[in-house]
Amino acid sequence: MNAVARVKDAALAALVAAVLALPLLGFATIDTGGPLGISTRFDYVAYAALAVFVGRLVFMALVDLWRERQMDSAREAAHDPGKPDRMAQIGKLADRWLLPLMIGFAIVLPFLPFADRTVVDLATVVLIYVMLGWGLNIVVGLAGLLDLGYVAFYAVGAYSYALLQMHFGFGFWEALPLAGLFAAFFGVLLGFPVLRLRGDYLAIVTLGFGEIVRIILLNWQKVTGGPAGISGIQRPSFFGFPFSADPPAGKTAFHDLLGIEYSSIHRIIFLYYLILLLALITSLFTARIRRLPVGRAWEALREDEIACKALGINPTNTKLTAFAIGAMFGGFAGCFFATRQGFISPESFTFIESAVILAIVVLGGMGSQAGIVLAATLLTLLPEIAREFALFRMLAFGMAMVLIMVWRPQGLLAHREPTIKLKPKGAS
Amino acid sequence: MLVIEGVQTFYGAVHALKGVDLKVGTGEIVALIGANGAGKSTLLMTICGNPKPRYGRILFDGDDIVGIPTHLLVRRGLAHAPEGRRIFPRMSVVENLRLGAVAADPAHFSSDLERVFGLFPRLKERRDQRGGTLSGGEQQMLAIARALMSRPRVLLLDEPSLGLAPLVVKQIFAIIEEINKRDGVTVLLVEQNAFHALRLAHRGYVLVNGQIAMTGTGQDLLANEQIRSAYLEGGHGR
Ligand SMILES: Nc1ncnc2c1ncn2[C@@H]1O[C@H](COP(=O)(O)OP(=O)(O)OP(=O)(O)O)[C@@H](O)[C@H]1O
Ligand SMILES: [Mg+2]
Repeated sequence: MNAVARVKDAALAALVAAVLALPLLGFATIDTGGPLGISTRFDYVAYAALAVFVGRLVFMALVDLWRERQMDSAREAAHDPGKPDRMAQIGKLADRWLLPLMIGFAIVLPFLPFADRTVVDLATVVLIYVMLGWGLNIVVGLAGLLDLGYVAFYAVGAYSYALLQMHFGFGFWEALPLAGLFAAFFGVLLGFPVLRLRGDYLAIVTLGFGEIVRIILLNWQKVTGGPAGISGIQRPSFFGFPFSADPPAGKTAFHDLLGIEYSSIHRIIFLYYLILLLALITSLFTARIRRLPVGRAWEALREDEIACKALGINPTNTKLTAFAIGAMFGGFAGCFFATRQGFISPESFTFIESAVILAIVVLGGMGSQAGIVLAATLLTLLPEIAREFALFRMLAFGMAMVLIMVWRPQGLLAHREPTIKLKPKGAS
Repeated sequence: MLVIEGVQTFYGAVHALKGVDLKVGTGEIVALIGANGAGKSTLLMTICGNPKPRYGRILFDGDDIVGIPTHLLVRRGLAHAPEGRRIFPRMSVVENLRLGAVAADPAHFSSDLERVFGLFPRLKERRDQRGGTLSGGEQQMLAIARALMSRPRVLLLDEPSLGLAPLVVKQIFAIIEEINKRDGVTVLLVEQNAFHALRLAHRGYVLVNGQIAMTGTGQDLLANEQIRSAYLEGGHGR
């Protein structure tokens, strides 16, 4: 862009800002004792327009600079097509080294000196999102099916556990597989009508699906308790040994079992390890299934559906399994959520949850497991840290996401590890 | 082996194939030539069941295959390398080939891999490179190799020479011939490159506006004045 074009562009932005600012800033209502009076503040409008003008100039200059650098590195990469970009390489290393490191850290976390109740609790929330991210990654990252209603499966899992526990006295471990199964069933239910859809259309339908599930939960009072939700869900016990200062008659409490002093943090640590275990299962499962024909078919489907058909891959089954298995992990996470909270209501399963989970997958770099951990940590901790800024919290959150997407449109640690390794070159 | 009778295909209101009859015998290479938009790709895709023909029959090994989903046809030995290569760009060469073998018995995979690497040594050198970073010619080789991984008896090739340098075109055609001669794969070849295609093919068909306008042996068609002026003008050979 040359100088004239830049100024024109900035002037246009300033004009838009002025038009917007006129009603927003230009008029203020004042108390005149009787009816409300209006005072004008056109100087504010001018300031706003000026600020936007300058801001736009600077922003575009930065964007151009950044584009140029991108082009340079693209040109470099073109000379040597074997060389992937640096962050992708980091992503590759990340899955090999960073992930085990993170897991090691996660395992010892509750015993670290700074790990008080709040930290472990927060870490549990992070892990829930990690697990949801890894689950959604199967659908979005691997199979390339944009799902904006993932929270529905989370809800199905949570309500499955709550209802099974309330009405049939199921324990957590008995309800877990069933919750996964129900969620998977809902995954197939969503999968069928959207088999022929792709991209934006698919996104809209899945978004609607998520809302339908939430609205059903909200309105089916008899079963779900409606907006009041379900409370008094059984808290987890350590394989039958309750976490309680004075256990019900005939039961041994966890602290008696170990012969230690009762502390309320035991349960929190137990919950933490529970979700860590579930998340690890998700991760291992994903890593494993990518090497199996189904997993390979998912990725192929993401790349080119027509080619898939031509090669003998059944696209229907492939999509349905992706939806079902992704949903299953959502259901597991939901089951955990219900037992952790002890109370669930449709409130916890709004669209914003789906959006955050999707943001985690996209920010993480579709397909990178370590990237998803980073993104989940960032997106859960950022609002916590930004709590200080009160009003600006969501604004800061949004800004951070925009910045990340500008900086790395392909995600933090985007890369794709081949699932087949042959003998080294030259052997054979 | 493959018999197409009175096939008519529509895209909505567009009448793309207006009654096509075509036969491919076992072990033959048959070339299908025609202008842009004549319906060549449509014919190959119709054979594969997507879109379905509105009228007519398609016999494969004597069975009517109209209505059988595409992915099941591959298991019967009908492979289609669609127009525009359509390789999986983010996957390595070997992964692409692995996906080509979805319909085949997994026990054959490593021997089949060696076989296609024998045909395309270039791919062997680049086995771990991502498909999207291969050159156009290499991508085309990969597309053919991938189709071969399903162990087809009939191979439908849609413009394998599209956008390739003359030398690479020659290589590709030599390989098609080899696949046909050595492995006995029957080939139905759609080409813009009429000269090469007709020289290679045992027989040829000319598709004009959704109908077969002419048919004959490759030699006859090559010698035909009309064809020379319509499809070989300004081109190669002569
Ligand atoms: N999906 C579609 N929807 C509507 N019309 C289509 C569709 N695909 C192809 N057509 C039309 O059908 C006709 C035949 O197209 P086809 O792709 O078979 O041509 P072709 O002979 O392969 O041409 P080319 O040599 O350019 O590849 C064209 O008029 C095309 O516009
Ligand atoms: Mg075509």
